[in-house]
Amino acid sequence: MIFAVGGLAAAGTFLVTSRSLSRVVLGFALLGHAAVLALLAAGGPSGSPPIVDGEPAADTSNPLPQALSLTAIVISFGLTLFVLALARRQQFLTGDDLVEDDVEDRRIATTHEVPIDSTDETRELEALHEDSEPTS
Amino acid sequence: MSAVIGLCVALPLLASALVLGLRRVALARDVITLATMSAVTGLAAALLAEVDRNGTVVLRVGDWAPDLGIVLVADLFAALILLVASATILVVELFAIGQRRTPSGADPAVVSPILLVLAGGVSLAILTGDLFTLFVAFELILVASYVLLTHQGRESQVRSGMTYVVINLFASTLFLFGVAIVYAATGTVNLALLADRFPDLPAATQVGIGLWFLIVFGTKAAIFPLFSWLPDSYPTAPTTITAVFAGLLTKIGVYVLIRFFTLMELDELGPLLLVIAGFTMIVGVAGALAQDDVKRILSFHVVSQIGYMIMGLGLFTVAGVGGAVLFLVHQIPVKTVMFLAGGLIEDDQGTSALKKVGGLATSKPVIAVLFALPALSLAGLPPFSGFIAKLALVDAGMSSGAYVIVAVSLVGSILTLLSMTKIWLGAFWGEVTPSAVPASSRRSVTVMQTAAAVAVAGTIAIAVVAGPLWRMSEQVATDLLERTPYITDVLGEPLGEGAD
Repeated sequence: MIFAVGGLAAAGTFLVTSRSLSRVVLGFALLGHAAVLALLAAGGPSGSPPIVDGEPAADTSNPLPQALSLTAIVISFGLTLFVLALARRQQFLTGDDLVEDDVEDRRIATTHEVPIDSTDETRELEALHEDSEPTS
Repeated sequence: MSAVIGLCVALPLLASALVLGLRRVALARDVITLATMSAVTGLAAALLAEVDRNGTVVLRVGDWAPDLGIVLVADLFAALILLVASATILVVELFAIGQRRTPSGADPAVVSPILLVLAGGVSLAILTGDLFTLFVAFELILVASYVLLTHQGRESQVRSGMTYVVINLFASTLFLFGVAIVYAATGTVNLALLADRFPDLPAATQVGIGLWFLIVFGTKAAIFPLFSWLPDSYPTAPTTITAVFAGLLTKIGVYVLIRFFTLMELDELGPLLLVIAGFTMIVGVAGALAQDDVKRILSFHVVSQIGYMIMGLGLFTVAGVGGAVLFLVHQIPVKTVMFLAGGLIEDDQGTSALKKVGGLATSKPVIAVLFALPALSLAGLPPFSGFIAKLALVDAGMSSGAYVIVAVSLVGSILTLLSMTKIWLGAFWGEVTPSAVPASSRRSVTVMQTAAAVAVAGTIAIAVVAGPLWRMSEQVATDLLERTPYITDVLGEPLGEGAD
């Protein structure tokens, strides 16, 4: 169970950090599952079903994490749909589903480009670039 | 009295459903929305008076025992913040009604019901007595904010909205993991029971859980270095929406941070919080200085001001936490009204970029006054509420010997004043610029200005009642740091062992 949580969380985090929105959505689905499994694991060992055979309360599963999980599943389901709708809208507007750069940030970055050009760092970078050109 | 607590949460949600059904009938929609928010504000005021006189009010939903069911708790801290928050939403709703016929305005058929959902979520987050309900309340607030941010579907909104949604969704998932960890460690998600059992945990587990929730709540509160989503997404939304976000969302994060950290007695994280606070103040205000658009400058200030509240919490003294509470009460209306003033500029000129706006002090003196008063308050000049709140924090820092953070906070204040001057020079002095957009109708301008004026009056009122407010903040801080009042109030008589 713990390994399942870890694996799902790792895969989910990896997908969420990618630039393609459809992968981000899948990543959140996986992360949501991981969180729900973690909640269930936190509830202790599973027990017999309650009420049916008149089991004593001590032998039944802990119902609280299950109630919490159910709520969490519903919420993550709704949010997955919302993100999908947002991704669809973005595809409609821009034609692809990649996360775009911040226009304002780029504008601010370019306003200071002129003084930066003459620094050693950029010259080094240019030199590196020239070196690598013949090989590519 | 305990029914009132339930009403504070249920009323906005019910009204939201009603308004959603009536969204094409403008008059009924506006009347119901305003009436509901007025009612919630009134209830919150009654609650505050009651709590101040007779102590904490607790509602056990469905009469379940606190370790199984949901409890809603209104102590002095919760009632105080609830009153300020619902009054702020009321003012913003009034502004939104005025703004709806202007080109930059949001669609009221969407904003009214969603704003009510947001109000319900905010009430629930403030009043809730257990960690999982807090998660649900956060989701309620966030879902409402996602819709508010992106409902116009413009390209910039979808782009920055995506960042906002993804980061907050990730934080929410971490929150859920945190709930699982806490449940595994203590066997409860009820905050009072948790506070009771938390000191028995190994020290390393305590710090681990503390750090985990610092990340979760810190993302919501936009502390350094988790704030990057905020200045990016806020300016793209319509003004009304940004005003609510700036005034409330991050502040709810701070509220929960204060609540959780004092209740769990995580003093050992205090120095870390102070470092974060310092960075948040300086990085936020430095970002503001680099911007040249009113809304973007103000968004960075949201981040910077969060640092001051975290500083008060990080000190973990009665004076420090009291100062943070006072700062919270001062920030919610001030921040909102600054964005409303920014919205008035945008409505008048069609843009809020400093290069394209000028001479408003002569052409629109009303906007100038509405901007100047909260701006001075934000920078912390006497006699405004910002001065009192900052004085309380600096005083608390001096008496705990945390001189570095006090120095940092004062530098942050000066830089805040500097960037306010920048807005003033850019937008209010200089050549009078002709408006790029047709003037809005006189009626909607009047409504918007009235709403902003009411909010400005509110911030000044905070300075006027600073004496009683400070007494209340100190009382709140004493209760928070002692912890036992909260625990005994929620749990009532000690629980029988057979409850499991």
